[in-house]
Amino acid sequence: MSLKRKDLLSLASLSVDEIMLVLETADSFKEVTGREIKKVPALRGKTVVNLFFEPSTRTRTSFELAAKRLSADVINFSPSSSSVVKGETLLDTARNIEAMQADIIVLRHSSAGAAETLAHGVKSSVINAGDGWHEHPTQALLDLYTIRQRGMNFNGLRVAIVGDVSHSRVARSNIYALIKLGAEVRLVGPPTMMPSRVEKLGPKVYYNMDEGLRDVHVIMMLRLQLERQGRAQFPTIREYSRLYGLTAERMRLADAGAIVMHPGPINRGVEIAPDVADSLSSVILDQVANGVAVRMGILYLMSGANS
Amino acid sequence: MQWGGFFISGFDKNLDRIIILPMTTPTNKPTDRKDEKLIMDAGDISRAMMRIAHEILERNKGGKDLALVGIRTGGVHLAHRLVKRIQSIEGVQVPIGELDITLYRDDLALRKNQPILRKTSVPFDMTNKVVVLVDDVLFTGRTIRAAMDGLMDLGRPEEIQLAVLVDRGHRQLPIKANYIGKNLPTSREEQVQVLLDEAGEDDRVVILQS
Repeated sequence: MSLKRKDLLSLASLSVDEIMLVLETADSFKEVTGREIKKVPALRGKTVVNLFFEPSTRTRTSFELAAKRLSADVINFSPSSSSVVKGETLLDTARNIEAMQADIIVLRHSSAGAAETLAHGVKSSVINAGDGWHEHPTQALLDLYTIRQRGMNFNGLRVAIVGDVSHSRVARSNIYALIKLGAEVRLVGPPTMMPSRVEKLGPKVYYNMDEGLRDVHVIMMLRLQLERQGRAQFPTIREYSRLYGLTAERMRLADAGAIVMHPGPINRGVEIAPDVADSLSSVILDQVANGVAVRMGILYLMSGANS
Repeated sequence: MQWGGFFISGFDKNLDRIIILPMTTPTNKPTDRKDEKLIMDAGDISRAMMRIAHEILERNKGGKDLALVGIRTGGVHLAHRLVKRIQSIEGVQVPIGELDITLYRDDLALRKNQPILRKTSVPFDMTNKVVVLVDDVLFTGRTIRAAMDGLMDLGRPEEIQLAVLVDRGHRQLPIKANYIGKNLPTSREEQVQVLLDEAGEDDRVVILQS
């Protein structure tokens, strides 16, 4: 079994075997990240370009660290410091990067489908690091890794994804993956934040958080995008927090061993109470730590595909 | 991939080895193939391992500050057997580690599909220890080069020694084993297979002519 694909664009297109291969491979890199010398020569001589058209610290840093620990050369491109402001198209920017012999391009873009467009236009491998509201596959893979690390089995696992599902690429990637792996996925949030006909993908929709959390094993909180207030999605932050904020009291509705996840950055006191975010059930920092190992695994698997 | 009730758990053309482990207790013994020449049987392997265990202890004046690290996959099985032998001779439990050399291979950049990674686990401090690397077949020496680089990233052993079950020649690097089960002159085209089963009863080393 190997990842015989040039690009990693979505979880909708990955098979269960491919997902499990990524998780297994990440496990080997988890050991590497625990060493005193956290570097292996696997990607020596390869070049990884982080092409980020949207601000991101976490994901970019995580990819950068992952590439460096594999001994690859890393270049960071961001629009403010590049010719994008001068009117260059995405594909032209990418072709210029490719002309400098980039092996892997990691793309974050505000338009859904940007990674796919790029993948068709360049010979380098493309990894989607978030495209609009579409998908964020590496985040979902690190979420899956974190769940598995806690000894949980995906088959029959009850997972609640809470918050602004319709604008969340993290939610979408997780829905595709978790349904494929046999989990029961519940989406919790106000009707204004629920994509229409999302049930067709397999999850159940709950507008009442207390009902949605009952007996779940995993609670994935989504970040409330505060900039969306006043766009007819929720009246006030306080009301949203009261109806869909995760509190210690609501945690009791979930399974006794339930874990709390969040893709970050968290709004303390809005979607998640500070005592829950800092509790033993919270695996938020594990997610960040695992992100590096999972991305090392993905870079390693992708590095052989296009040579 | 199944063959005569045995499960081929790892096959690597470049490194020239196949390790076969039974999926369960084999009911049908593998039938002898025509193009397969038996080089060592279970008894030969067992005696060679016993001799190597004695040699390791002799050279290092006992089992103090000694550690064994097996190279995945075949070397790991052999390392476990050596640890048992050393325990029975000297009464000491020598620490054992497992090394996956994939990330240190020199042909990674040339491959289309990346090989599956296995786990590395060296759960002891190698500082001031004599580490004996254990592998099944010594051929080009490239695996051993990768293994030494891998070990050095995990710590600073006092000394690295090398034990192999079969040395088949054709070195491409200046590498030499300290302990050798059997010197086996081969041609480059031949394949040397070390077949080990969990119980040790059907162990054998064979040459496949192509």
